[in-house]
Amino acid sequence: MRVPLSWLRDFAPFEGEPAMLAATLDDLGLVVEEVEVVGEGLADVVVARVDGISAIEGADRIRRVLVDDGSGPIEVVCGAWNFVVGDLVALAPVGAVLPGGFEIGRRKMKGVVSNGMLCSGRELRLSDDHEGILRLNDLEGADVGRALTAVLGIEPDVVFDVTVEANRPDAWSIAGVARDLAARLGVPFSIPETAAPDGVADDSGSGSTDADGPPVETLASVQVEDLELCPRFTARVITGVAVSDSPRWLARRLTLAGMRPINNVVDASNYVMLELGQPTHPYDLDRLAGHGLVIRRARPGEQMTTLDGVARMLGRPGPGLGDSGQDCLICDAVGDPVAIGGVMGGASSEIDGSTSRVLLEAAYFVPMAIARTSKRLALRTEASARFERGCDPAGIDRAVDRFCQLLGLTAGASMAVATGAIDVVGDVPGPVEMTVRPSKVNALLGTEFTAAGIAGLLDPLGIDAAPSSDRVDGPLRVTVPTYRPDIRPLPMGEADIAEEVARTYGYARLPRRMPSWPQPGRLTSYQRDRRVLKDVLCGLGATEAWTTTFVSESDQVDAGFDPPYVEVANPLVEAERFLRSSLAPGLIRAVLYNRERRQGDVRLFEVGTVFQYPEGPVIDPGGGPLADTSERLSAIFACEGDDAWTTVAAWRTIAEALGLAEWVMWDHAHLGRASRVLHDYRSAALVSIVTGPEGGATSVHPTVLGVLGELDPFLAGRFGLDNPDGRPRRVGWLDLDVGVLLDRHRVPRRPAEARPISRFPSSDIDLAFVVEDPVAAGAVERTLRTTGGALLESVELFDVYRGPSVAEGARSLAFRLRFCAPDRTLTDEEIGSLRSACIQAVEQGHHAVLR
Amino acid sequence: MSDALDIDALVREARSSIDAAQTTEDIRQVTARVSGKKSPLAEAHRSLGGLDPEVRKELGRRLHEARSTIEELVERRRTEISFEELSREMAHSRIDLTEFIPGLIAAPPARGHLHLVSQTRDELEDVFVGMGFEVAEGPEIETDWFNFGALNIPPAHPARGMWDTFYLDLGEPETTLLRTHTSPVQIHLMEQAVVDGGLPIHAVMPGRCYRRDTPDARHLPVFHQIEGLVVDKDITFSDLAGTIEVFTSAYFGPDIHSRLRPAYFPFTEPSAEFEVTCTICHGEGCRTCSMTGWIELGGCGMVDPAVFEAVGIDGDEWTGFAFGFGIDRCVQMRHQIADMRALIENDIRFLRQF
Repeated sequence: MRVPLSWLRDFAPFEGEPAMLAATLDDLGLVVEEVEVVGEGLADVVVARVDGISAIEGADRIRRVLVDDGSGPIEVVCGAWNFVVGDLVALAPVGAVLPGGFEIGRRKMKGVVSNGMLCSGRELRLSDDHEGILRLNDLEGADVGRALTAVLGIEPDVVFDVTVEANRPDAWSIAGVARDLAARLGVPFSIPETAAPDGVADDSGSGSTDADGPPVETLASVQVEDLELCPRFTARVITGVAVSDSPRWLARRLTLAGMRPINNVVDASNYVMLELGQPTHPYDLDRLAGHGLVIRRARPGEQMTTLDGVARMLGRPGPGLGDSGQDCLICDAVGDPVAIGGVMGGASSEIDGSTSRVLLEAAYFVPMAIARTSKRLALRTEASARFERGCDPAGIDRAVDRFCQLLGLTAGASMAVATGAIDVVGDVPGPVEMTVRPSKVNALLGTEFTAAGIAGLLDPLGIDAAPSSDRVDGPLRVTVPTYRPDIRPLPMGEADIAEEVARTYGYARLPRRMPSWPQPGRLTSYQRDRRVLKDVLCGLGATEAWTTTFVSESDQVDAGFDPPYVEVANPLVEAERFLRSSLAPGLIRAVLYNRERRQGDVRLFEVGTVFQYPEGPVIDPGGGPLADTSERLSAIFACEGDDAWTTVAAWRTIAEALGLAEWVMWDHAHLGRASRVLHDYRSAALVSIVTGPEGGATSVHPTVLGVLGELDPFLAGRFGLDNPDGRPRRVGWLDLDVGVLLDRHRVPRRPAEARPISRFPSSDIDLAFVVEDPVAAGAVERTLRTTGGALLESVELFDVYRGPSVAEGARSLAFRLRFCAPDRTLTDEEIGSLRSACIQAVEQGHHAVLR
Repeated sequence: MSDALDIDALVREARSSIDAAQTTEDIRQVTARVSGKKSPLAEAHRSLGGLDPEVRKELGRRLHEARSTIEELVERRRTEISFEELSREMAHSRIDLTEFIPGLIAAPPARGHLHLVSQTRDELEDVFVGMGFEVAEGPEIETDWFNFGALNIPPAHPARGMWDTFYLDLGEPETTLLRTHTSPVQIHLMEQAVVDGGLPIHAVMPGRCYRRDTPDARHLPVFHQIEGLVVDKDITFSDLAGTIEVFTSAYFGPDIHSRLRPAYFPFTEPSAEFEVTCTICHGEGCRTCSMTGWIELGGCGMVDPAVFEAVGIDGDEWTGFAFGFGIDRCVQMRHQIADMRALIENDIRFLRQF
């Protein structure tokens, strides 16, 4: 809201620098976005008459101009050509300081002394016109020698652009801002009863603002059928109105406040709204069928065309929560809509040049209803924005009086205000009364205010706080005026009062203390482990990316996920309206983005949420969520030479860093949806194995942790991830369900207890088996591990051989087994029997043959 | 023969030969010549047998002395030479370690980098953990209740205009959404605490949020916030102001301070915006801070009684404060990133800088 300082001063005698006032407003929570100084530097500029123009020898762009500012002839040099002898112009004499601080000096040009400057509109910051100098011939009162500011009705002013918080309808008015500011600065605040601002009133109009016309009921009727949506509706009638321009000072203030002057009727309504915060609506009474208004609820599907020419559909619930489609319609006496109550009027009863009888509406609409209507229609107006925040139902009378008074300035001698008002009142909010404990206020603020101290801080805001006892900390009986709907009754009210106390006192003056408590702060093990995961990935040369949550349908399909997807109802980009089910599209795109910038050799990873359409209900009975989401870690390895093995190495590092107890790889058949981005033959699922307490093979609980391998070449090709020869590039892909991986119950870690290291020598044996290709080396290794038992210290695959001496469709797998006992050196016999057992187990379990 | 034998001359000659040796090979040859089997010294020793015992004894002693001297000389020279040779070799083996060609030499891959947002989030978490906070997280999809209702923002409340919300096609229209702030985590924490007696609460809640803002230099539709919540006995606004101040100086630096000014948030009362000393000009006033010396960072306030009521906490027994601000904003401030969109481009050249 744009707040001219001169207007603020109608309510309290504010002194001091604009910068100080702006800082004070900031500190009150009325944040000043900008301080604009207007009309500055015009003080010395006067009206002058051009008496002569002559050429200067040797100059073809500038001329010698003789002007008279009333004090005698003055010679200036001027480069503009848009004027002739006899014109009235704006003269900045020597010594004048123009807007922006430009001081006019005595200058010599082409041998001619210039004793001042003839100014353009732009030089005076009055307009953007810089084509020529300002010509004042047609301006009323432009007498030679008169100050330009007086002629134009411009006073130097300061405009504060204030952002008003959504809960402060009262501060969305000049008077409201003034009240807060006066309370802080300790200067008296009052709203003048009905007197026009001193000294600037234009006395050319002189209509009667006393209500001495015929009784209002004989002129108009008002019927409020829906007091729920519109609990108070006031109408007054003004007759004999001559529609004309507003007084110059009033138009000027509207302009400064950012509104365009229209005519004296509309301007008076707007002025009252800006000044007091109460929107009013003037109707041309003679254009209202039946000379009256009916206020009712819109019928479902009813239409009305608003002032902006848009046909609005009303009375039907919108998509939002809590919108039952209740719109308040203002209709004429025969029931045709003339306005959407509190939002916008229609063209049919608009004030125009022919209007002579005005019906002025001033109402209180239920804020939530206005908010719903305004939101559903996507129609926010100055009026709706105020009504939805809650206007003061008790401020209506003052607003109406002020309107009549302002209109009276210009509406002509025959204007008369009809006697009485039509005032239909239902259940309007009254003043909030509550008992406030100073102890509670102090407990919230950390202060030691007395009851009297609190009352003293509230009083200038118009909040009455009366002590209920003689005790310094005795409860206060607080009465909150109706213009402060943000202050709620108990039990919330004490906090609201505490804020007002703090605000008026000054937040900066409140004490500060660092609290302490006996509970330690720390990360959860999940959070610590997640940091480890990321750190490991960095160590593997991968850089963390942050890719978009919003993806297209084809991205979802490419990532291997079938509909339905979680969908955004109101996406920013229509095509990207799905929440990602996989990090793959984002990471692949990130690789491509870098490749296009000649940075193709990258490894990237991301830890982020992925979303699946819920299989069960969307909202649980506790009101909680909802969609099936999980935190995943995906990594893409796209450096030269990266392939499936890169991901295996990466995974083994991760498993080691986390200290996973036991994991295996399962082949493609077990992979699930997350694997559809993977190569059919160069991929695997990662599975954690929990062996039951009895330790037998009967109670093995597998948990899938993720997948790894190479991206499906077809997918890579579709995204354009290819080699210079055009063939799809091998790209490693690792995708882990972080929530599962880091769940220590489902995915156990190595035991915490230290295992003593044997001081006895260990013995190695190497075993090579010929194993058919479909049998996983990992399965053989696992068999060896199980068979080796507690004495097997380690087992490691150290050679894979395919060739002439091994049958087609099989390979030789060579393992090194290291045996060690904690308490003795193993004998050859013991080693021998372990060796036999291992051979037997592998041969029998995997159709293998010892080589 | 003994007359011809000048032992001193032998030693002198040996010494000059030894001194003249320059390489390991030289010293090997010199050693053979001056103390080997065919050396004059060895010959003299062999000829001792035919001498008078008295003379033999005396000569023998002198020959032995001479041998010791020569061997000592050889040994010293050998040490010198091997030191010189190794030194030469070392000089010869000089390499320029800046000639490192990645890929040519087997080495672990060049280390990757955490995203700036992660680094900042981690650091913020660490500061708050040090101040006694736990770190809590919550879902990115929420119901209207958690994101708005329980936070004292009923449907159609004008304050909803503060958050442009992405709604989801899940359930009834506008019942499910992408959280617009991390505040719903507060509700989860408090509801849980009421169920399992988990009060007091001292937690920060970092996470990803969504608002329907068209991306520009200062806004992204997907962004990160960190929120703080304390619910305990005797918690006041002064504790909030103190916490913000301690955090500000701890994270931004000792010369960076904070100030609070009144604001409106439906879920706190009293509410405040908090500003910190401009990190560019350190409070002098510059373009970044619009000459104010202060940068707006986030919002905070005392937990609104309506929020306590919604989650079932007795607002007379417990009080609390909450605060929240943008992690990405901190990133932008600290690293002077003119355009936020750099954070989501994933250009490796950008990410590698940090």
